[in-house]
Amino acid sequence: MISANLSAIFYLISGILFILALRGLSSPDTSRQGNYFGIVGMIIAIIVTFLSVGNFATSLVYVVIFLLIGGAIGAFIAFKIPMTAMTELVAGFHSLVGLAAVFVAIAAFLNPEAFNLGVVGEIKLASLIEMSIGAAVGAITFSGSIIAFLKLRGIMSGSPITFGGQHFLNLILGIGIFVLIYYLCITQSANIFWTVIMISFFVGVLLIIPIGGADMPVVISMLNSYSGWAAAGIGFTLENTALIITGALVGSSGAILSYIMCKAMNRSFVSVILGGFGADSSSDNTKEKKDQKPVKSGNAEDAAFLMKNASSVIIVPGYGMAVAQAQHALREMVDKLKKNDIKVSYAIHPVAGRMPGHMNVLLAEANVPYDEVFELEDINNDFANSDVAFVIGANDVTNPVAKTDPKSPIFGMPVLDVEKCKSVLFVKRSLSPGYAGIDNELFYKDNTLMLFADAKKMTEDIVKNLD
Amino acid sequence: MEIDPFIFRLSIFILSIFIGYYVVWSVTPSLHTPLMSVTNAISSVIIVGAIIAALAGSSDSVFGISSIFGFLAILLAAVNIFGGFLVTQRMLQMYKKKKDKKK
Repeated sequence: MISANLSAIFYLISGILFILALRGLSSPDTSRQGNYFGIVGMIIAIIVTFLSVGNFATSLVYVVIFLLIGGAIGAFIAFKIPMTAMTELVAGFHSLVGLAAVFVAIAAFLNPEAFNLGVVGEIKLASLIEMSIGAAVGAITFSGSIIAFLKLRGIMSGSPITFGGQHFLNLILGIGIFVLIYYLCITQSANIFWTVIMISFFVGVLLIIPIGGADMPVVISMLNSYSGWAAAGIGFTLENTALIITGALVGSSGAILSYIMCKAMNRSFVSVILGGFGADSSSDNTKEKKDQKPVKSGNAEDAAFLMKNASSVIIVPGYGMAVAQAQHALREMVDKLKKNDIKVSYAIHPVAGRMPGHMNVLLAEANVPYDEVFELEDINNDFANSDVAFVIGANDVTNPVAKTDPKSPIFGMPVLDVEKCKSVLFVKRSLSPGYAGIDNELFYKDNTLMLFADAKKMTEDIVKNLD
Repeated sequence: MEIDPFIFRLSIFILSIFIGYYVVWSVTPSLHTPLMSVTNAISSVIIVGAIIAALAGSSDSVFGISSIFGFLAILLAAVNIFGGFLVTQRMLQMYKKKKDKKK
């Protein structure tokens, strides 16, 4: 058994290692080293915990058994999961953190002596507040992530579910949680504690169901943030520095990602949370337009011809590429183009895909070197000097209406200046509008060639025609 | 008057938020997905609380009601720790530069 002071110092060290783990992600070169820092930090925290409890009775065996079972499941998932399912995996992992936080809070509530928090019925006031906040945020994280998981997995429809008085209900429930925590502090009643957790589970569901598919990057980052705050709440309860530091890091990390995602869509955080975006309200409107304007459509042969005669090509991937799993075919196409001395680069919009960095991971999986992949602000000026833009599975993020029409719901959103290219190839299954439910002017421009097909199939056909 | 230890923890918490703020802004956008999976893994350090709860049982009653929650939390957190770090590693392994892969 080691002294409380010594273990506190070790917890501080593991907190610092976690900071270094995030710091490593500033560049792909240092990122792997960063991940090792994180692993070492975790090992230190776990060992120190064992030593500080010092109860090497029968329980220890079971602790190790549970640790190994969980570890085996985790490792199995980590190795088996296809990269295209990474969004669901992240959502699933968030839910586990949330539920773990709830369980730890329950354990602390039922057996406060083990944590030095007083005795049952007389738990220290501060600890009681901290653990109920930790449990509530954890429960919201859990049920919210489950809904996000179901939506991403396609088990639940990605379209927003809204009903009258939804926000009012959320508000009432939110206030209810605080009122209950107040009474919990006065009465120390277990029933109130359970009620707080149950309501929080419910709030988590209500918070996520009105949010549509295209807003998923914000949801995922937001849940990431929540899981951090839940951990921090528990950290205060357990008076554990490593948990407090980690919770703060994760909480601010998720918050920043949400901010970046919101900004990339030019939407306020509040409007995303209130949800309802991406409903099919404007579909009639777009149908009308479709009939009026002519569209040039082509086939793989035309596309191959255009690209062969280009000297530079910019590829704009989007969620459609992920759905069709076209990244490998795309890479093959790019290899062929490069053999013909055509300069190829990739342009990634921050909200392309369903989570931050989604496209980058998929391209990395297909062995695309990361120094050919550029962010919006780094590549946007290059479109004017390029011959062909190859848009595969992206839509709203290329829509010039965001720059021209103040009435458009996406007005002000930073978009890729695809239309400045000499010609635009647009791989898409149909003319249907994207998640924002608005028509893309780009479809009807003279220099746009629509390629109506599945992204993967079209890319493979182009590859054949490039020979 | 003595300062409540809570204030010290609060100070650590708030300073850590600032550290997090600056560190995360320096993360390159192409690594935002690994950032999420690694933050997932490290937030599972909540396992320390689970271990304390699980070890609180005595030799004759390993599975008290509170330690059962501890054990379950260990299970969940362990899935996350191993899964999170390993999947991050797997992803980071894929990020290569042009020179490394030129045939």
